[in-house]
Amino acid sequence: MKKDFLKGVSDGLPIGLGYFSVAVGFGIMAVGANISAFFAWLISASNMTSAGQAAGVEVIAAGGTLIEMALTQLVINLRYSLMGFSLTQKLDKSFSTPKRLLLSCCITDEIYAVAASQKGRISASYMAGLFLLPFVGWTGGTLAGAVASQLLPEGISDVMGIMLYGMFIAIFIPAAKKSRPVLLAVAIAAVISIVFRYLLPVVGTGFAIIISAVASSAVCGALFPVKEDDER
Amino acid sequence: MSMILYIAIMAGVTYLVRMIPFTLFRRQIKSRYIRSVLYYMPYAVLSAMTVPAILHSTGNLTTAIVGTAVAVILAFFNKPLILVALAAAASAFITALII
Repeated sequence: MKKDFLKGVSDGLPIGLGYFSVAVGFGIMAVGANISAFFAWLISASNMTSAGQAAGVEVIAAGGTLIEMALTQLVINLRYSLMGFSLTQKLDKSFSTPKRLLLSCCITDEIYAVAASQKGRISASYMAGLFLLPFVGWTGGTLAGAVASQLLPEGISDVMGIMLYGMFIAIFIPAAKKSRPVLLAVAIAAVISIVFRYLLPVVGTGFAIIISAVASSAVCGALFPVKEDDER
Repeated sequence: MSMILYIAIMAGVTYLVRMIPFTLFRRQIKSRYIRSVLYYMPYAVLSAMTVPAILHSTGNLTTAIVGTAVAVILAFFNKPLILVALAAAASAFITALII
């Protein structure tokens, strides 16, 4: 159990570092929208989601209604429902109802991807460990950005944004190298995502990710059904 | 509109979206097709998030391309996550110093 937790903490380190850098940007943005450092921190601690929070700050800055806030969050964050549903198939018996209620708040794009690409089932201790450093990085980065936007030399804070993506690459490239179907899934998702970004920017980031991932997985699932022993 | 109210709505909706399927769905899916789709899902999600956003992640196309190339090469040789992530940032930083 302790081993699972520590493995989680170690797997969470690159996510935490990446989150710190992205969160600094969020902190600066929130202060720019006249939100205090404390509230910026509170938003990060209670939401743990970059796209949703950025949209939330826009709603607050525009003086939007609470209905608008709720709908924006629902649409942008709906992908977490899909990820949570997918993760239920990987959970071991340690996930009691209280643990599910508590640990569901750990589901972010990055934590989901790392947890879902583990071999075999995952335990509640692993998931809690995996959440620790991303949470510290996300909330700490927000506070750092809000309190002192000049904390990091500009050259460094600019390039920190690439770390999260570097980590994603380190997950999907080795998997695609080993398996042709995974390579196809990665390629289809990338192409659809490019189309959304440059040709259909009106579709928001959250929806673009959902559609790209679901369409690609649906095609690959039909073309290359997995055998029992293929599953992690 | 009070800030606390905004934040409560934000956090509440975000929590429910995460919590409901994660907590309520208990059975193992029998359908081979659905299980296959879920098998490919994390890789497709990562790819959709990375491409093409990584090219806009440093605010400069050249440094982003160098960082991406370094990450892809190291990942191809199965280097650890943290090494790939740090090397991508370091190579982008060095490129920014040179250009």
